[in-house]
Amino acid sequence: MELPGQTQLSHMEEFMEGIWKQNPVFVMVLGMCPVLAVSVSAVNSLSMGIATTFVLVCSTLLVSLIRKLVPKEVRIATYIVIIATFVTVVDYLIQAISLAVYEALGAFIQLIVVNCIILGRAEAHASKNPPLRTVVNALGMGLGFTLGLFALGSVREILGAGKLFGLSLFGPDFQPWVVMVLPPGGFFVLGAWLLLFNWLKNSKVEGALVKPLEGHHHA
Amino acid sequence: MTGTAVVTVTSSRAMVATLGLVATLCGVLIVSAYQGTLGAVSANKRIALERAVFKVIPGAASMKEFVATGAGIEPAAGQSSGDGVKFYAAYGPTGELKGIAAEGGATGYADVVRILYAYDPGRQAITGLGVVGMRETPGIGDKIITDQAFLANFQALDVRLDADGKALANPVRAVKNGSKRNPWEIDAISGATVTSKAVGKGINDSAQRLLPLLAPNLDKVRSK
Repeated sequence: MELPGQTQLSHMEEFMEGIWKQNPVFVMVLGMCPVLAVSVSAVNSLSMGIATTFVLVCSTLLVSLIRKLVPKEVRIATYIVIIATFVTVVDYLIQAISLAVYEALGAFIQLIVVNCIILGRAEAHASKNPPLRTVVNALGMGLGFTLGLFALGSVREILGAGKLFGLSLFGPDFQPWVVMVLPPGGFFVLGAWLLLFNWLKNSKVEGALVKPLEGHHHA
Repeated sequence: MTGTAVVTVTSSRAMVATLGLVATLCGVLIVSAYQGTLGAVSANKRIALERAVFKVIPGAASMKEFVATGAGIEPAAGQSSGDGVKFYAAYGPTGELKGIAAEGGATGYADVVRILYAYDPGRQAITGLGVVGMRETPGIGDKIITDQAFLANFQALDVRLDADGKALANPVRAVKNGSKRNPWEIDAISGATVTSKAVGKGINDSAQRLLPLLAPNLDKVRSK
């Protein structure tokens, strides 16, 4: 749906939305429950990111395909059933691929059902856009979410366990900063990343504003 | 946008039909995913279990699953009804009994600590400990799988039955670090007492149920 005065995004812009401008983790700060809980290692983060991306792409594609058939009165129920289906599918797939990953992610696989990014994309984007555009956008969002998770997971694993992808980085004398793989560490690292992103954004905005503001005195 | 807001009335039939159709489609998807992964999932679970059992019983080459009930011992057939105690008999390359493994669990610091222990019927002792699943604090509670002094408790942890053969002669329990005096006590890890106690309780609860049922029927699992 296009609003007056708003131009339609190109497919590339659509893809980049989720990775940069509307990154689910760093810009929209959505889906924090799995982000904070499973980002204790790089492998967990990547697995969770891929699982979420799979559910996101499949369910938004299906929502987009049937968007003209679904009466608006029952749309939320329809979306939830579709999302729950793909979460069940991914649940079985992970068990078939690796039980170790399944154990590590625990209940957070099933909790993808209530990940607000997915229902949000189905309602705000997929229900109003054709399949290709929807899939491109969902892939970008999923990748953005995965990158966000990985940014947290890798930092937490390096600081909290002295490892990356399970490989020891600093030798046997390294005393791990254990708090980083505990829940508070999730908040510390997320806070640090948000600080960095906002600082980058603000320094850009300030750079653009600095000229017109010259000679302007504060009240 | 297609102009003015048009008030359309959706018929009840359309709503029910849409939901029904979507639910049917989703049902088909779920069932096919389940059927398609079933083989791989059960193979994964079997491999993980075998690996865990072989780790606590060195020298084992194959294993069989049994259920011990008040009426005796039977080979476990698929999903058991739940009133028996499940255990695994591990055999060496020539088919001789290497040991018995069973699962136990008790609440630790964060969640249930699920353990697998090896039982040597000849010595009437626990001879190995493995962890099946836990969410204990990294660096503290998870020492139960790395702390050599703690694991030494399970080289020969005494689980003899009492005179009646109805219960353990001495309940297994974890005691404060450094105060182990008897062969049925577990010397807890200093700083991880809660997790250590969960291991002790997990072994005790499981052994109290399993060993009295197992002892009179041991011959049935003696050879493969």
